[in-house]
Amino acid sequence: MYSDKVMDHFTNPRNVGEIPNADGVGEVGNARCGDIMKMWIKVENNVITDIKFKTFGCGAAIATSSMITELAIGKTVEEAEKITNQQVAEALEGLPPLKMHCSNLAAEALGAAIADYRSRTATTA
Amino acid sequence: MKRIYMDHAATTAVRPEVLEAMLPYFSTEFGNPSSVYSWGRSARKALDSARDQVAALLGASASEIVFTSGGSEGANLAIKGVAWADQNRGKHIITSAIEHHAVLDTVLWLETQGFEVTILPVDEYGLVSPSQVEQALRPDTILVSIMHANNEVGTIQPISEIGAIVRRHGARFHTDAVQTAGVLELNVDALNVDLLSISAHKFYGPKGVGALYVRKGVRLSPLIHGGGQEKRRRAGTENTAGIVGLAKAFELAQRDRIAENQRLTALRDRLIEGLVKIPHTRVNGSLEQRLPNNVNVCFEYIEGESMLLNLDLRGIAASSGSACTSGSLDPSHVLLAMGLSHEIAHGSLRLTLGRENTEADVDFVLQEIPGIVERLRAMSPLYQE
Repeated sequence: MYSDKVMDHFTNPRNVGEIPNADGVGEVGNARCGDIMKMWIKVENNVITDIKFKTFGCGAAIATSSMITELAIGKTVEEAEKITNQQVAEALEGLPPLKMHCSNLAAEALGAAIADYRSRTATTA
Repeated sequence: MKRIYMDHAATTAVRPEVLEAMLPYFSTEFGNPSSVYSWGRSARKALDSARDQVAALLGASASEIVFTSGGSEGANLAIKGVAWADQNRGKHIITSAIEHHAVLDTVLWLETQGFEVTILPVDEYGLVSPSQVEQALRPDTILVSIMHANNEVGTIQPISEIGAIVRRHGARFHTDAVQTAGVLELNVDALNVDLLSISAHKFYGPKGVGALYVRKGVRLSPLIHGGGQEKRRRAGTENTAGIVGLAKAFELAQRDRIAENQRLTALRDRLIEGLVKIPHTRVNGSLEQRLPNNVNVCFEYIEGESMLLNLDLRGIAASSGSACTSGSLDPSHVLLAMGLSHEIAHGSLRLTLGRENTEADVDFVLQEIPGIVERLRAMSPLYQE
Protein backbone atom coordinates (compact mmCIF):
# COMPACT_ATOMS: atom_id res chain seq x y z
CA MET A 1 0.00 0.00 0.00
CA TYR A 2 3.01 2.31 0.44
CA SER A 3 5.22 3.51 -2.41
CA ASP A 4 8.84 2.35 -2.63
CA LYS A 5 9.91 5.85 -1.68
CA VAL A 6 7.80 5.76 1.51
CA MET A 7 9.24 2.35 2.39
CA ASP A 8 12.75 3.67 1.71
CA HIS A 9 12.27 6.57 4.12
CA PHE A 10 10.51 4.32 6.61
CA THR A 11 13.26 1.72 6.66
CA ASN A 12 16.15 4.21 6.41
CA PRO A 13 14.83 7.40 7.92
CA ARG A 14 17.09 10.42 7.37
CA ASN A 15 18.02 12.77 10.19
CA VAL A 16 16.56 10.91 13.14
CA GLY A 17 17.51 12.32 16.52
CA GLU A 18 17.68 15.53 18.48
CA ILE A 19 19.79 18.69 18.21
CA PRO A 20 21.04 19.59 21.70
CA ASN A 21 21.35 23.35 21.14
CA ALA A 22 18.62 23.75 18.58
CA ASP A 23 17.48 27.20 17.49
CA GLY A 24 13.90 26.02 17.22
CA VAL A 25 11.90 23.03 18.42
CA GLY A 26 8.36 22.15 17.38
CA GLU A 27 5.99 19.33 18.25
CA VAL A 28 2.62 18.49 16.70
CA GLY A 29 0.04 15.72 16.92
CA ASN A 30 -1.04 13.82 19.98
CA ALA A 31 -0.85 10.33 21.36
CA ARG A 32 -4.63 9.99 21.17
CA CYS A 33 -4.63 9.90 17.39
CA GLY A 34 -1.40 7.95 17.28
CA ASP A 35 0.98 10.43 15.64
CA ILE A 36 3.45 12.75 17.36
CA MET A 37 6.21 14.54 15.48
CA LYS A 38 8.94 16.54 17.11
CA MET A 39 11.40 18.56 15.04
CA TRP A 40 14.62 20.38 15.91
CA ILE A 41 16.25 22.98 13.62
CA LYS A 42 19.58 24.75 13.57
CA VAL A 43 19.56 28.08 11.72
CA GLU A 44 22.61 30.03 10.54
CA ASN A 45 22.29 33.28 8.55
CA ASN A 46 18.60 32.54 8.07
CA VAL A 47 19.38 29.16 6.49
CA ILE A 48 18.39 25.80 7.98
CA THR A 49 21.76 24.09 8.39
CA ASP A 50 20.64 21.11 10.42
CA ILE A 51 17.31 19.44 11.12
CA LYS A 52 16.43 16.35 13.13
CA PHE A 53 13.21 14.60 14.08
CA LYS A 54 11.63 12.05 16.34
CA THR A 55 8.28 10.54 15.49
CA PHE A 56 5.79 8.26 17.21
CA GLY A 57 3.49 6.98 14.53
CA CYS A 58 2.77 4.81 11.56
CA GLY A 59 4.89 4.23 8.47
CA ALA A 60 3.55 7.37 6.77
CA ALA A 61 4.26 9.51 9.82
CA ILE A 62 7.88 8.34 9.94
CA ALA A 63 8.41 8.65 6.18
CA THR A 64 6.93 12.16 5.93
CA SER A 65 9.08 13.31 8.86
CA SER A 66 12.18 11.95 7.20
CA MET A 67 11.29 13.42 3.80
CA ILE A 68 10.68 16.95 5.08
CA THR A 69 14.10 17.02 6.71
CA GLU A 70 15.62 16.38 3.28
CA LEU A 71 13.42 19.02 1.67
CA ALA A 72 14.13 21.66 4.32
CA ILE A 73 17.88 21.38 4.81
CA GLY A 74 19.81 24.17 3.10
CA LYS A 75 16.69 26.27 2.55
CA THR A 76 16.08 29.70 4.02
CA VAL A 77 13.56 29.86 6.82
CA GLU A 78 11.08 31.55 4.49
CA GLU A 79 11.53 28.88 1.80
CA ALA A 80 11.25 26.08 4.34
CA GLU A 81 8.03 27.29 5.85
CA LYS A 82 6.42 27.32 2.41
CA ILE A 83 6.80 23.52 2.15
CA THR A 84 3.33 21.97 2.27
CA ASN A 85 2.18 18.54 3.37
CA GLN A 86 1.09 18.02 -0.23
CA GLN A 87 4.64 18.60 -1.46
CA VAL A 88 5.97 16.14 1.12
CA ALA A 89 3.47 13.54 -0.07
CA GLU A 90 4.42 14.17 -3.71
CA ALA A 91 8.13 13.86 -2.93
CA LEU A 92 7.29 10.46 -1.45
CA GLU A 93 5.50 9.46 -4.68
CA GLY A 94 2.15 9.65 -2.96
CA LEU A 95 0.51 8.39 0.21
CA PRO A 96 -2.54 6.15 0.63
CA PRO A 97 -5.68 8.36 0.77
CA LEU A 98 -6.37 7.53 4.42
CA LYS A 99 -2.90 8.73 5.38
CA MET A 100 -3.13 12.10 3.61
CA HIS A 101 -4.89 13.63 6.57
CA CYS A 102 -4.07 11.69 9.70
CA SER A 103 -0.34 11.16 9.33
CA ASN A 104 0.78 13.89 6.96
CA LEU A 105 1.80 16.42 9.60
CA ALA A 106 5.44 17.04 8.83
CA ALA A 107 4.91 20.57 7.45
CA GLU A 108 3.09 21.49 10.67
CA ALA A 109 5.97 20.10 12.73
CA LEU A 110 8.52 22.08 10.75
CA GLY A 111 6.26 25.15 10.94
CA ALA A 112 6.11 24.79 14.73
CA ALA A 113 9.92 24.59 14.91
CA ILE A 114 10.24 27.71 12.74
CA ALA A 115 7.67 29.55 14.86
CA ASP A 116 9.70 28.63 17.94
CA TYR A 117 12.88 29.87 16.24
CA ARG A 118 11.17 33.17 15.38
CA SER A 119 9.88 33.69 18.90
CA ARG A 120 13.37 33.07 20.30
CA THR A 121 15.06 35.51 17.89
CA ALA A 122 12.34 38.08 18.56
CA THR A 123 13.02 38.00 22.31
CA THR A 124 16.81 38.12 21.92
CA ALA A 125 16.68 40.94 19.35
CA MET B 1 12.93 -15.22 2.60
CA LYS B 2 11.12 -17.55 4.94
CA ARG B 3 7.61 -16.30 5.65
CA ILE B 4 5.93 -16.83 9.01
CA TYR B 5 2.19 -16.40 9.22
CA MET B 6 1.02 -15.54 12.73
CA ASP B 7 -2.35 -13.97 12.02
CA HIS B 8 -4.64 -17.00 12.26
CA ALA B 9 -7.35 -15.00 14.02
CA ALA B 10 -7.65 -13.04 10.77
CA THR B 11 -7.89 -16.03 8.48
CA THR B 12 -6.36 -19.45 7.85
CA ALA B 13 -5.27 -21.51 4.85
CA VAL B 14 -7.68 -24.16 3.58
CA ARG B 15 -6.51 -27.64 4.61
CA PRO B 16 -5.70 -29.90 1.64
CA GLU B 17 -8.29 -32.49 2.75
CA VAL B 18 -10.90 -29.73 2.84
CA LEU B 19 -10.04 -28.47 -0.62
CA GLU B 20 -10.19 -32.01 -1.96
CA ALA B 21 -13.64 -32.56 -0.46
CA MET B 22 -14.86 -29.32 -2.05
CA LEU B 23 -13.52 -29.74 -5.58
CA PRO B 24 -16.20 -32.05 -7.08
CA TYR B 25 -18.91 -29.51 -6.19
CA PHE B 26 -17.34 -26.90 -8.46
CA SER B 27 -17.23 -29.23 -11.47
CA THR B 28 -18.81 -32.65 -11.88
CA GLU B 29 -21.32 -32.24 -9.02
CA PHE B 30 -22.23 -28.67 -9.87
CA GLY B 31 -25.99 -29.13 -9.69
CA ASN B 32 -28.44 -26.87 -7.90
CA PRO B 33 -29.52 -28.65 -4.69
CA SER B 34 -33.11 -27.59 -5.41
CA SER B 35 -33.24 -29.44 -8.76
CA VAL B 36 -34.95 -32.80 -9.02
CA TYR B 37 -32.60 -34.54 -11.47
CA SER B 38 -29.45 -36.45 -10.56
CA TRP B 39 -27.08 -33.46 -10.50
CA GLY B 40 -29.38 -31.69 -8.10
CA ARG B 41 -29.88 -34.79 -5.97
CA SER B 42 -26.14 -35.26 -5.65
CA ALA B 43 -25.68 -31.67 -4.47
CA ARG B 44 -28.65 -32.03 -2.12
CA LYS B 45 -27.13 -35.15 -0.64
CA ALA B 46 -23.83 -33.36 0.01
CA LEU B 47 -25.69 -30.43 1.56
CA ASP B 48 -27.76 -32.66 3.82
CA SER B 49 -24.76 -34.60 4.94
CA ALA B 50 -22.80 -31.38 5.67
CA ARG B 51 -25.74 -30.10 7.69
CA ASP B 52 -25.91 -33.36 9.69
CA GLN B 53 -22.18 -33.16 10.35
CA VAL B 54 -22.27 -29.55 11.57
CA ALA B 55 -25.35 -30.21 13.67
CA ALA B 56 -23.72 -33.23 15.31
CA LEU B 57 -20.58 -31.25 16.13
CA LEU B 58 -22.71 -28.59 17.84
CA GLY B 59 -25.01 -31.04 19.62
CA ALA B 60 -27.91 -29.68 17.58
CA SER B 61 -30.46 -30.98 15.06
CA ALA B 62 -29.94 -30.55 11.34
CA SER B 63 -33.03 -28.35 11.06
CA GLU B 64 -31.42 -25.89 13.47
CA ILE B 65 -28.47 -25.11 11.14
CA VAL B 66 -28.63 -22.22 8.66
CA PHE B 67 -25.71 -21.88 6.27
CA THR B 68 -24.59 -18.30 5.68
CA SER B 69 -21.86 -16.42 3.86
CA GLY B 70 -19.74 -16.17 7.02
CA GLY B 71 -19.47 -14.75 10.49
CA SER B 72 -20.70 -11.26 9.67
CA GLU B 73 -23.85 -12.53 7.99
CA GLY B 74 -24.39 -14.98 10.84
CA ALA B 75 -24.24 -12.19 13.42
CA ASN B 76 -26.47 -9.93 11.30
CA LEU B 77 -29.02 -12.67 10.75
CA ALA B 78 -29.07 -13.67 14.42
CA ILE B 79 -29.40 -10.13 15.73
CA LYS B 80 -31.61 -8.43 13.14
CA GLY B 81 -33.53 -11.66 12.63
CA VAL B 82 -34.50 -11.96 16.30
CA ALA B 83 -34.97 -8.20 16.75
CA TRP B 84 -37.42 -8.01 13.85
CA ALA B 85 -39.24 -11.23 14.72
CA ASP B 86 -39.59 -10.44 18.43
CA GLN B 87 -40.06 -6.67 18.40
CA ASN B 88 -43.64 -7.00 19.57
CA ARG B 89 -42.30 -8.54 22.79
CA GLY B 90 -39.85 -5.74 23.48
CA LYS B 91 -37.17 -3.60 21.92
CA HIS B 92 -34.24 -3.91 24.29
CA ILE B 93 -30.97 -5.56 23.26
CA ILE B 94 -27.87 -6.18 25.38
CA THR B 95 -24.34 -6.68 24.11
CA SER B 96 -20.78 -5.99 25.28
CA ALA B 97 -18.25 -3.30 24.47
CA ILE B 98 -15.71 -5.77 23.06
CA GLU B 99 -17.83 -7.51 20.43
CA HIS B 100 -16.65 -7.81 16.86
CA HIS B 101 -18.01 -4.96 14.75
CA ALA B 102 -20.30 -7.43 12.97
CA VAL B 103 -22.24 -7.56 16.25
CA LEU B 104 -21.58 -4.10 17.63
CA ASP B 105 -22.38 -2.17 14.47
CA THR B 106 -25.49 -4.27 13.84
CA VAL B 107 -26.81 -3.54 17.34
CA LEU B 108 -25.96 0.16 16.98
CA TRP B 109 -27.78 0.26 13.66
CA LEU B 110 -30.84 -1.28 15.30
CA GLU B 111 -30.63 1.53 17.85
CA THR B 112 -31.14 4.00 15.03
CA GLN B 113 -34.23 1.97 14.04
CA GLY B 114 -35.94 2.41 17.40
CA PHE B 115 -34.42 -0.39 19.47
CA GLU B 116 -32.87 0.32 22.86
CA VAL B 117 -29.35 -0.90 23.44
CA THR B 118 -27.27 -1.58 26.54
CA ILE B 119 -23.56 -2.04 25.92
CA LEU B 120 -21.96 -3.75 28.89
CA PRO B 121 -18.46 -2.78 30.00
CA VAL B 122 -15.70 -5.35 30.54
CA ASP B 123 -13.02 -5.63 33.21
CA GLU B 124 -9.30 -5.08 32.63
CA TYR B 125 -8.98 -8.61 31.21
CA GLY B 126 -11.82 -8.14 28.78
CA LEU B 127 -14.29 -10.27 30.75
CA VAL B 128 -18.03 -9.65 30.76
CA SER B 129 -19.56 -10.14 34.20
CA PRO B 130 -22.62 -12.44 34.34
CA SER B 131 -24.03 -10.40 37.22
CA GLN B 132 -23.87 -7.27 35.07
CA VAL B 133 -25.78 -9.10 32.36
CA GLU B 134 -28.39 -10.01 34.96
CA GLN B 135 -28.66 -6.41 36.16
CA ALA B 136 -29.04 -5.14 32.60
CA LEU B 137 -31.87 -7.55 31.72
CA ARG B 138 -35.32 -5.93 31.61
CA PRO B 139 -38.81 -7.27 30.97
CA ASP B 140 -38.58 -5.88 27.43
CA THR B 141 -35.14 -7.38 26.70
CA ILE B 142 -35.51 -9.63 23.67
CA LEU B 143 -31.90 -10.46 22.86
CA VAL B 144 -28.45 -10.68 24.43
CA SER B 145 -25.37 -11.13 22.24
CA ILE B 146 -22.00 -11.87 23.89
CA MET B 147 -19.04 -13.30 22.01
CA HIS B 148 -17.60 -16.65 23.05
CA ALA B 149 -13.99 -15.50 22.79
CA ASN B 150 -12.59 -12.18 21.76
CA ASN B 151 -10.79 -11.96 18.43
CA GLU B 152 -8.21 -9.41 19.58
CA VAL B 153 -7.18 -10.44 23.07
CA GLY B 154 -8.48 -14.02 23.16
CA THR B 155 -10.47 -13.68 26.37
CA ILE B 156 -13.00 -16.52 26.75
CA GLN B 157 -16.33 -15.44 28.23
CA PRO B 158 -18.43 -17.41 30.75
CA ILE B 159 -21.04 -18.11 28.07
CA SER B 160 -22.77 -21.01 29.78
CA GLU B 161 -23.32 -18.97 32.95
CA ILE B 162 -24.53 -15.92 31.04
CA GLY B 163 -26.79 -18.12 28.90
CA ALA B 164 -28.49 -19.61 31.96
CA ILE B 165 -29.24 -16.12 33.27
CA VAL B 166 -30.59 -14.90 29.94
CA ARG B 167 -32.81 -17.96 29.58
CA ARG B 168 -34.29 -17.42 33.06
CA HIS B 169 -35.35 -13.97 31.91
CA GLY B 170 -36.92 -15.27 28.72
CA ALA B 171 -34.69 -13.38 26.26
CA ARG B 172 -32.81 -14.96 23.34
CA PHE B 173 -29.06 -15.45 23.61
CA HIS B 174 -26.64 -15.29 20.68
CA THR B 175 -22.94 -16.00 20.89
CA ASP B 176 -20.43 -15.13 18.21
CA ALA B 177 -18.29 -18.28 18.27
CA VAL B 178 -16.19 -17.36 15.25
CA GLN B 179 -12.96 -17.52 17.26
CA THR B 180 -13.82 -20.67 19.21
CA ALA B 181 -15.16 -23.00 16.51
CA GLY B 182 -12.58 -25.73 16.07
CA VAL B 183 -10.86 -24.67 19.30
CA LEU B 184 -13.28 -25.19 22.20
CA GLU B 185 -16.06 -27.69 22.67
CA LEU B 186 -19.19 -26.14 21.20
CA ASN B 187 -22.25 -27.85 22.58
CA VAL B 188 -25.23 -25.55 22.25
CA ASP B 189 -27.03 -27.09 25.21
CA ALA B 190 -24.02 -26.93 27.52
CA LEU B 191 -23.45 -23.33 26.41
CA ASN B 192 -27.12 -22.39 27.00
CA VAL B 193 -27.29 -20.51 23.71
CA ASP B 194 -30.23 -19.98 21.35
CA LEU B 195 -28.10 -18.78 18.47
CA LEU B 196 -24.44 -19.37 17.65
CA SER B 197 -22.49 -18.18 14.63
CA ILE B 198 -19.33 -19.65 13.10
CA SER B 199 -17.19 -18.94 10.03
CA ALA B 200 -15.31 -21.59 8.05
CA HIS B 201 -12.20 -19.60 7.13
CA LYS B 202 -11.18 -19.26 10.76
CA PHE B 203 -10.75 -23.03 11.10
CA TYR B 204 -8.95 -23.93 7.86
CA GLY B 205 -12.08 -23.90 5.72
CA PRO B 206 -12.91 -21.63 2.78
CA LYS B 207 -13.86 -17.95 2.98
CA GLY B 208 -17.41 -16.88 2.20
CA VAL B 209 -19.22 -19.56 4.16
CA GLY B 210 -20.46 -19.86 7.73
CA ALA B 211 -23.21 -21.39 9.77
CA LEU B 212 -25.73 -20.07 12.24
CA TYR B 213 -27.29 -22.35 14.81
CA VAL B 214 -30.89 -21.34 15.56
CA ARG B 215 -32.56 -23.22 18.41
CA LYS B 216 -35.89 -24.83 17.53
CA GLY B 217 -38.67 -22.42 18.46
CA VAL B 218 -36.59 -19.25 18.01
CA ARG B 219 -38.32 -17.01 15.50
CA LEU B 220 -36.10 -15.37 12.93
CA SER B 221 -36.90 -12.87 10.18
CA PRO B 222 -34.68 -13.47 7.15
CA LEU B 223 -32.22 -10.88 5.85
CA ILE B 224 -32.41 -12.28 2.35
CA HIS B 225 -35.76 -13.03 0.73
CA GLY B 226 -36.31 -14.82 -2.53
CA GLY B 227 -36.50 -18.56 -2.10
CA GLY B 228 -37.27 -21.43 0.20
CA GLN B 229 -33.68 -22.41 0.91
CA GLU B 230 -32.53 -22.92 4.50
CA LYS B 231 -36.15 -23.31 5.59
CA ARG B 232 -36.96 -19.81 4.39
CA ARG B 233 -34.40 -18.32 6.73
CA ARG B 234 -31.85 -17.54 4.00
CA ALA B 235 -32.80 -17.38 0.34
CA GLY B 236 -30.32 -18.05 -2.43
CA THR B 237 -28.83 -21.11 -4.10
CA GLU B 238 -26.64 -22.82 -1.55
CA ASN B 239 -22.85 -22.54 -1.75
CA THR B 240 -22.52 -26.32 -1.95
CA ALA B 241 -18.73 -26.49 -2.29
CA GLY B 242 -18.26 -23.97 0.51
CA ILE B 243 -20.70 -25.75 2.79
CA VAL B 244 -19.03 -29.10 2.17
CA GLY B 245 -15.70 -27.42 2.95
CA LEU B 246 -17.06 -25.89 6.14
CA ALA B 247 -18.34 -29.22 7.40
CA LYS B 248 -15.12 -31.04 6.56
CA ALA B 249 -12.92 -28.34 8.13
CA PHE B 250 -15.10 -28.17 11.24
CA GLU B 251 -14.98 -31.94 11.65
CA LEU B 252 -11.17 -32.04 11.31
CA ALA B 253 -10.67 -29.10 13.67
CA GLN B 254 -12.92 -30.58 16.36
CA ARG B 255 -11.21 -33.96 15.94
CA ASP B 256 -7.73 -32.50 16.38
CA ARG B 257 -8.48 -29.73 18.81
CA ILE B 258 -7.30 -31.20 22.13
CA ALA B 259 -3.82 -32.17 20.97
CA GLU B 260 -3.51 -29.02 18.85
CA ASN B 261 -4.59 -26.81 21.75
CA GLN B 262 -1.90 -28.33 23.95
CA ARG B 263 0.71 -27.70 21.31
CA LEU B 264 -0.44 -24.13 20.66
CA THR B 265 -0.69 -23.30 24.36
CA ALA B 266 2.96 -24.25 24.82
CA LEU B 267 3.98 -22.10 21.83
CA ARG B 268 1.78 -19.23 23.02
CA ASP B 269 3.31 -19.25 26.49
CA ARG B 270 6.82 -19.40 25.07
CA LEU B 271 6.01 -16.37 22.92
CA ILE B 272 4.48 -14.42 25.80
CA GLU B 273 7.38 -15.22 28.11
CA GLY B 274 9.87 -14.03 25.53
CA LEU B 275 7.99 -10.84 24.69
CA VAL B 276 7.50 -9.65 28.25
CA LYS B 277 11.28 -9.64 28.67
CA ILE B 278 11.23 -6.50 26.51
CA PRO B 279 10.99 -3.54 28.92
CA HIS B 280 7.72 -1.55 29.05
CA THR B 281 5.69 -4.39 27.58
CA ARG B 282 2.30 -5.52 28.89
CA VAL B 283 0.19 -8.52 28.03
CA ASN B 284 -3.42 -7.73 27.12
CA GLY B 285 -6.25 -10.02 28.15
CA SER B 286 -6.56 -12.81 30.65
CA LEU B 287 -3.75 -15.29 31.15
CA GLU B 288 -6.19 -17.96 32.37
CA GLN B 289 -9.35 -17.50 30.27
CA ARG B 290 -7.46 -17.25 27.00
CA LEU B 291 -7.58 -18.87 23.57
CA PRO B 292 -4.63 -21.27 23.13
CA ASN B 293 -3.35 -19.41 20.06
CA ASN B 294 -3.65 -15.78 21.11
CA VAL B 295 -0.81 -13.45 22.06
CA ASN B 296 -1.57 -9.75 22.45
CA VAL B 297 0.92 -7.29 23.91
CA CYS B 298 1.47 -3.55 24.01
CA PHE B 299 4.92 -2.09 23.56
CA GLU B 300 4.83 1.33 25.12
CA TYR B 301 6.11 4.38 23.19
CA ILE B 302 5.70 2.85 19.72
CA GLU B 303 2.88 2.65 17.23
CA GLY B 304 1.50 -0.63 15.90
CA GLU B 305 1.53 -0.09 12.16
CA SER B 306 5.23 0.77 12.06
CA MET B 307 5.77 -2.42 14.06
CA LEU B 308 3.77 -4.46 11.51
CA LEU B 309 5.66 -2.95 8.56
CA ASN B 310 8.96 -3.89 10.16
CA LEU B 311 7.75 -7.42 10.86
CA ASP B 312 6.51 -7.74 7.28
CA LEU B 313 9.96 -6.74 6.00
CA ARG B 314 11.25 -9.78 7.92
CA GLY B 315 8.52 -12.03 6.53
CA ILE B 316 6.36 -12.10 9.65
CA ALA B 317 2.60 -11.52 9.38
CA ALA B 318 0.86 -10.14 12.47
CA SER B 319 -1.78 -7.56 13.31
CA SER B 320 -2.31 -4.57 15.56
CA GLY B 321 -5.09 -2.60 17.18
CA SER B 322 -3.56 0.75 16.24
CA ALA B 323 -5.77 3.35 14.60
CA CYS B 324 -3.96 2.93 11.28
CA THR B 325 -4.90 -0.72 11.19
CA SER B 326 -8.40 -0.35 12.65
CA GLY B 327 -9.52 1.83 9.75
CA SER B 328 -10.61 4.65 12.04
CA LEU B 329 -8.88 7.42 13.97
CA ASP B 330 -9.19 5.52 17.23
CA PRO B 331 -7.23 2.47 18.23
CA SER B 332 -8.92 -0.85 19.06
CA HIS B 333 -12.29 -0.47 20.79
CA VAL B 334 -11.49 -3.68 22.66
CA LEU B 335 -8.30 -2.36 24.24
CA LEU B 336 -9.96 0.96 25.07
CA ALA B 337 -12.89 -0.89 26.71
CA MET B 338 -10.35 -2.78 28.83
CA GLY B 339 -9.15 0.56 30.16
CA LEU B 340 -5.96 1.07 28.15
CA SER B 341 -5.05 4.63 27.20
CA HIS B 342 -5.13 5.60 23.53
CA GLU B 343 -1.38 6.01 23.56
CA ILE B 344 -0.72 2.49 24.79
CA ALA B 345 -3.46 0.91 22.69
CA HIS B 346 -1.77 2.31 19.56
CA GLY B 347 1.24 0.11 20.36
CA SER B 348 -0.55 -3.22 20.43
CA LEU B 349 0.63 -6.29 18.58
CA ARG B 350 -1.41 -9.44 18.07
CA LEU B 351 0.22 -12.72 17.09
CA THR B 352 -2.18 -15.61 16.58
CA LEU B 353 -0.67 -19.05 16.14
CA GLY B 354 -1.90 -21.88 13.98
CA ARG B 355 -1.33 -25.32 12.56
CA GLU B 356 1.77 -24.53 10.52
CA ASN B 357 3.62 -22.63 13.27
CA THR B 358 6.52 -24.34 15.00
CA GLU B 359 8.74 -23.63 17.95
CA ALA B 360 11.39 -22.46 15.49
CA ASP B 361 8.90 -19.86 14.17
CA VAL B 362 8.27 -18.62 17.70
CA ASP B 363 12.00 -18.35 18.34
CA PHE B 364 12.56 -16.48 15.08
CA VAL B 365 9.84 -13.98 15.99
CA LEU B 366 11.33 -13.58 19.46
CA GLN B 367 14.71 -12.96 17.91
CA GLU B 368 13.40 -10.24 15.55
CA ILE B 369 10.98 -8.27 17.72
CA PRO B 370 13.29 -6.78 20.39
CA GLY B 371 15.46 -5.04 17.78
CA ILE B 372 12.43 -3.61 16.00
CA VAL B 373 10.98 -2.28 19.25
CA GLU B 374 14.32 -0.78 20.22
CA ARG B 375 14.75 0.93 16.87
CA LEU B 376 11.24 2.41 16.89
CA ARG B 377 11.63 3.57 20.45
CA ALA B 378 14.91 5.25 19.55
CA MET B 379 12.97 7.45 17.12
CA SER B 380 9.98 8.00 19.42
CA PRO B 381 9.66 11.41 21.08
CA LEU B 382 7.72 9.71 23.90
CA TYR B 383 10.57 7.46 24.95
CA GLN B 384 13.24 8.54 27.40
CA GLU B 385 15.88 5.96 28.15
